[in-house]
Amino acid sequence: MVDEKEIWTILEEVKDPEVPVLSVIDLGIVRSVNTLGDAIDITITPTYSGCPAMDVISMDIRLKLIEKGYRNVRIQQQLSPAWTTDWMSEEGKKKLKAFGIAPPNPKQQFCKAEMFQQEAVQCPRCDSWHTELISQFGSTACKSMYRCLDCKEAFDHFKCH
Amino acid sequence: MNTKLFLYTLHLADNALILAQRNAEWTGHGPVLEQDIAITNISLDLLGQARNFYQYAASLYNGFSDEEKEVVDRYVPRLWKEYNRELQEDDLAFLRDEHQYLNLLITELPKGDWAQSVLRQYFFSAFQVELYQQVQQSELVQLSAIAEKAIKEVQYHLRWSGEWVIRLGDGTEESHSRMVNALGELWMYTGEMFEAAPYELVDVASLKEQWLAKVEKVLREASLEHSKQTWMQNGGKRGRHTEHLGYLLAEMQYLQRAYPNATW
Repeated sequence: MVDEKEIWTILEEVKDPEVPVLSVIDLGIVRSVNTLGDAIDITITPTYSGCPAMDVISMDIRLKLIEKGYRNVRIQQQLSPAWTTDWMSEEGKKKLKAFGIAPPNPKQQFCKAEMFQQEAVQCPRCDSWHTELISQFGSTACKSMYRCLDCKEAFDHFKCH
Repeated sequence: MNTKLFLYTLHLADNALILAQRNAEWTGHGPVLEQDIAITNISLDLLGQARNFYQYAASLYNGFSDEEKEVVDRYVPRLWKEYNRELQEDDLAFLRDEHQYLNLLITELPKGDWAQSVLRQYFFSAFQVELYQQVQQSELVQLSAIAEKAIKEVQYHLRWSGEWVIRLGDGTEESHSRMVNALGELWMYTGEMFEAAPYELVDVASLKEQWLAKVEKVLREASLEHSKQTWMQNGGKRGRHTEHLGYLLAEMQYLQRAYPNATW
């Protein structure tokens, strides 16, 4: 028999390859873990349709479980309900900020921006709200680029989704 | 119904793939670094949507009866038939011939200048938002799930491209004249979005009014006016394409044609 709790704990060690401070649990992409005998069924949900990290994440989950002695693993992707940044854990948001990436604001607060409106984003370095958008698209699908007008640092923002 | 669903899924996939390929031509050639990254990200989102649709189309086909396979036979890649294995997403993306693609003509037009690319993206994203909302609310379970995922991405594309249309249309003399030119080139390709093909499972004609209202508002803000001409190009949804698609496919499919089943 496999202990589901044990699997959830192991999954905390599997990191997002593009934002390596976040585990797949912090990201909120693991939807369910089911076990039957020695078989483990894991359902994950993609962050973005074209996120190249998803294939890597599936493989990393498999490898980590093999490393811990679990071989009978099935990983499925589930599109609906669609992943949202609201599923990211508070712990995950703290880790992001410490890593220098501004965490996503709660979805109800902003997500449906009108044209030319800017989301208020706090600088992860000096905590100033005096920041401006450089580009709505950044180094990965999930990020936009901002600049702090006080400490003058440019930084990534994990955008609301 | 199943064969219609297969063709409709291919149509949605082809729209996303062909525009992804066009936008990707900007990679390394964007006007400034940030916008190069932006349009490449949009391309990546569209490619992801295309993959979801192609995977579903392939799984539908693999579950078909012989009669159903016969009905859609002319849309299935000839080369794949020699492979003796199940149909996969890449076969649909890389091995079909021009007339087997069901994408809208507007997605295959050359990227043109920045004005043409952002205006095309705007017209298409404004349409995609309306379309995906309908698909999401439909009873087509898997298509609904793909649309639910994709619609959040498309909202970002719409906002980005709409801002560019206004910025250029209402910008300098040169940017304005380029937008006027882009509008002249593209307008006649917008009608096809709302002309239903026999396999279409969403009433696209009903989306036109909202699309037009949204687009006209942005064009007004951009000091632009679309032509009053009502004659529109069509054919893409039925596999009749402009000469441009052939060149695009020649480049996109090169590797799988030269080295069948290559992986890396």
